[in-house]
Amino acid sequence: MKKYVQIENVQMSFETRQGPFVALKDIDLKINPGEFITLIGHSGCGKSTLLNLIAGLLLPTNGVMLCADREIAGPGPDRGVVFQNHSLLPWLTCFENVYLAVERVFGATESKAQLAQRTSNALALVHLSHAEHKYPHEISGGMKQRVGIARALSMQPKVLLMDEPFGALDALTRAHLQDELMKIVAATNSTVVMVTHDVDEAVLLSDRIVMMTNGPAATIGEILTVDLPKPRNRLALANDAHYHSLRGAVLEFLYQKQAKAAA
Amino acid sequence: MMKIRKYLAEHLVPPVIGIGIFILLWAMLAQGSETLPGPLKTWDSAVTLFSDPFYQKTPNDQGIGWNILNSLGRVGIGFGLAALIGIPLGFMIGRFGFLDRMTSPIVSMLRPVSPLAWLPIGLLVFKAANPAAIWVIFISSIWPMIINTAMGVRQLPQDYLNVARVLNLSEWKVFTRILFPATLPYMLTGIRLAIGTAWLVIVAAEMLTGGVGIGFWVWDEWNNLNVEHIIIAIFVVGIVGLLLEMILIQIAKRFSY
Repeated sequence: MKKYVQIENVQMSFETRQGPFVALKDIDLKINPGEFITLIGHSGCGKSTLLNLIAGLLLPTNGVMLCADREIAGPGPDRGVVFQNHSLLPWLTCFENVYLAVERVFGATESKAQLAQRTSNALALVHLSHAEHKYPHEISGGMKQRVGIARALSMQPKVLLMDEPFGALDALTRAHLQDELMKIVAATNSTVVMVTHDVDEAVLLSDRIVMMTNGPAATIGEILTVDLPKPRNRLALANDAHYHSLRGAVLEFLYQKQAKAAA
Repeated sequence: MMKIRKYLAEHLVPPVIGIGIFILLWAMLAQGSETLPGPLKTWDSAVTLFSDPFYQKTPNDQGIGWNILNSLGRVGIGFGLAALIGIPLGFMIGRFGFLDRMTSPIVSMLRPVSPLAWLPIGLLVFKAANPAAIWVIFISSIWPMIINTAMGVRQLPQDYLNVARVLNLSEWKVFTRILFPATLPYMLTGIRLAIGTAWLVIVAAEMLTGGVGIGFWVWDEWNNLNVEHIIIAIFVVGIVGLLLEMILIQIAKRFSY
């Protein structure tokens, strides 16, 4: 089977005043098309660094990173990124924010009308057609994050990269967006890599959970396959024994094997 | 009705009281002085002066309207040239660290110098009073524009740059969609500071260069010992400055996100 994202023996170190700081080492991960991967670990374990490496915002010190058999040498529209703090441009409307991405990817080959159609479709996908012409400060945090997702998806990326996309939202909005994300991913058959620190979120959404050891020199501790059938329903899962055993496995990893001294 | 009354009580009454006390103090001071004209005398003189603001008797004796417009014209040209050079320069200084470090000692050294110190250089180079005055305005307004524009570019949030990077935007798109709008509020602050300084400096510059203009008019009326006109000039300069400031604040409001 063709591997979408391949990470081989990757090491990442940063130059600091005290000398090089090794954030990640010996990272090996292969992600299949259509797979939903979450990266989980304690803060400071380098999970965001790993995501930024896949995004191309950072380049690894050592090792090979491929996306669809091409080396990742920098950011590119084949990898759509959803940022933790939505990162919409406040002087552009929701429509214009998404259009900026659409124009970049399809502007050379498609007419203005087609580009506008793509933009509208992307916003419709996240149920924001009614807010197309609103500015980011006029909509709620959850809606901003949905625009961020629409912007990333509108580029039709090979991989959707999400850095704690729901971390800043309240629990109810988060649950709602998780449900929507599951539907969108199922409908678009997206490949997703998501950073999270929420165990329930990881188990609910993932096909595989990549659990990271504590930094410095963090690496992949275990990979847990979540073989719950899809589509998943959070209410049904609440009473599902297998769901709880998977959840228990992640908790055990985080709080026993990688227990962190009180920070 | 109650709302309007409350608004008036909070926003109209205090300034009216303030101005009233100011005029009262002025009248009392004038009462005890032989040379300082009081508010009433000044008001009468102002009414006469503004009844014919655009007369032109001789090149050195023109209506108050011409004086104000001439001063505004000099500020406009000097300020406009400064914006034309200062804003792009500020962008480059903010974007390229090398250029920043290259220019920062020069800017830091020249900025605190009184713009009037540049007047002789202007006279020497342009050999005429009018361009020399414009030159002084140019110098006085270029620093705030360079510094604020550069600061705006430097303060560009990393988030926006990351967006630019993951979307792989062209340099032109980065400039028009991200850099320029993000910097605009800072730029407008620079413009406001620059206009303020320019309007401060024009009075002094014109006192030294002569010609038609509000600054020279003050000096001329001092030579005529027409103190009422000097006081009127002070009010005129103050009110025009206030109007400029208010216009720019309104513009800046439009572009705050």
